[in-house]
Amino acid sequence: MLKLLRIELFKIFKRPRTYIAFGAIAAIVILIQVALKYDGKSYVDLLLNNLSDSFELSDEYKNKLLNGYLICFVILNTLLIQMPLLVALIAGDSIAGEANMGTLRLSMSRPVSRTQYMTVKFLASVIYTLALLVWMAMLALFGSMLIFGTNDMVVFRSDGIEQMRHFDVLWRYFAAFGYAAVALTTVAALAFLLSVFAENSIGPIIATMSIVIVFTILSEMNIPLYDNTIKPYLFTSHMVAWKGFFYVKADAMGTTINGSIENLPAILKSLSILFIYIIIFFGTAVCVFRKKDILT
Amino acid sequence: MGDVIKVSNLTKNFGKIKAVTELSFNVRQGQVYGFLGQNGAGKSTTMRMLLTLIRPDSGDIEIFGQNLNRHRKSILRNTGAIIEKPDLYKYLSGIENLRLFATMSGARVSEKKLMEQLEQVGLAERAHSKVKTYSQGMKQRLGIATALVHDPDLVILDEPTNGLDPQGIADIRKLILHLGREKNKTLLISSHLLSEVEQVADAMLIIDKGKKLVEGKVEDLFDPSETILELRIEEGLTGLEKIKNSSLDAMIQESRNNSIFLKVHQKDVKEILETVLKMDIGLISFNTKHSLEDYFLKLTSGYSYAETSSNRTF
Repeated sequence: MLKLLRIELFKIFKRPRTYIAFGAIAAIVILIQVALKYDGKSYVDLLLNNLSDSFELSDEYKNKLLNGYLICFVILNTLLIQMPLLVALIAGDSIAGEANMGTLRLSMSRPVSRTQYMTVKFLASVIYTLALLVWMAMLALFGSMLIFGTNDMVVFRSDGIEQMRHFDVLWRYFAAFGYAAVALTTVAALAFLLSVFAENSIGPIIATMSIVIVFTILSEMNIPLYDNTIKPYLFTSHMVAWKGFFYVKADAMGTTINGSIENLPAILKSLSILFIYIIIFFGTAVCVFRKKDILT
Repeated sequence: MGDVIKVSNLTKNFGKIKAVTELSFNVRQGQVYGFLGQNGAGKSTTMRMLLTLIRPDSGDIEIFGQNLNRHRKSILRNTGAIIEKPDLYKYLSGIENLRLFATMSGARVSEKKLMEQLEQVGLAERAHSKVKTYSQGMKQRLGIATALVHDPDLVILDEPTNGLDPQGIADIRKLILHLGREKNKTLLISSHLLSEVEQVADAMLIIDKGKKLVEGKVEDLFDPSETILELRIEEGLTGLEKIKNSSLDAMIQESRNNSIFLKVHQKDVKEILETVLKMDIGLISFNTKHSLEDYFLKLTSGYSYAETSSNRTF
């Protein structure tokens, strides 16, 4: 199994197209960092204006707000929407791409069980997803910490702001990246499932993105009828729950409680739903593939 | 020697299309077994079923005396195959592809051994070039190397000389004979060209529309010394009558469009032509055809001897 996994990873990381996603992430992160480095104050003003007209903050405080932690949060907010496409590029190609190249029949005429083959393929897609996230964490979190330094972190919400002490932030990022890994693995599992039905990778990639976009629109729409009927069951409704790690509890005086999370059960529930989706998508993919005639 | 492959009543339909129907055949240990049929006859489908790529609707397959479904892994560990064209990872080099498929076959193959394999198919010098830079013939040879990399006892090759130039075809033929005769491997080779198979196979099976037409040892099926002699004669003359009234009558297979087809022994052709010339039948031209190819075409497509002609004119 490990040997097979090594083969799969070797194949993925030998393909030039694999590095497109790494390049795209680097380009976006660096562009955001450069823009905020030179015009970060305007951005903070914009955020504060959107929030309320009643805020009057000193320039010194605004400069403190614009630190590595906030920059990383901004980047995560932007990038985690685009990441599914990058993940689908590889996961959607994993079976369909082999079928298209004709290498699937060559691989499946080897002494490897189909379940084993699928498991290894999926694990390789998950490892690729994790590699993307680690790359993103290095650039967006550690890169921003180096460029902008660290300080207390402020997160802007529609109904106010959350403030966390600088020593209470880093672990939240690790948790958020961990959560994002599960969320993106759900997208990878969907692309993987669709890949089993196709004989070229374009179909599963487009189909995955179409599903993600439609579900995201449904998740974001404020239609009361859907709030309790459809939304709680869409995986896209739970993909953004990583933000919950940056929402903190406050005591009776309104002071932030260090190390707290406002609604941990909600995050865990979302995490469980994503895991259920992963199991369903992957399980269905294996069942279909085990019975499939390989005709390509 | 026992049977390496034992296929019984194999059937596969794709919707309303009957790809393979009640097909049975046995391949013995050490045999080079030719699997013949025109394009779409069901050869590749059968081979895919032997490799578990396609599930049969019914029938049994035993390989090395074991049921294929129940002992898939152990059987495939000792089987090497290429089905249709050998599609490989174009962005990897030849040796990387070979190493990858050796690992997938559960074999530990040293770099030296991999290079030897590539040398055997004439690709040692291009071992580190990416496959996308290979010609069709080179890809075909690399495909054969991937089938042999784990030293299997059973080798299944689907149209192995497709895309090869004459030298490449001769090399593959030599390799097949080497594997069969010297290494005592069992080989199942499909082709739509009988001339290709007859030179290497000990036994053969001809199928058409998924059904068995003929099976047996090559020498039992055909006499390679036999040939078809086509005589084109002038129109309106009584040449056919004259031949019918002569000792050549028993050799007539067919007569059509001023052509008479005689089944003769290769060694008798000269003597028969001399006889024909003496009979003054108005001979315009003659042509000899290998009876084996004609027999195959006749079996699989209702071909008649009169349908092809490339005459030698006086």
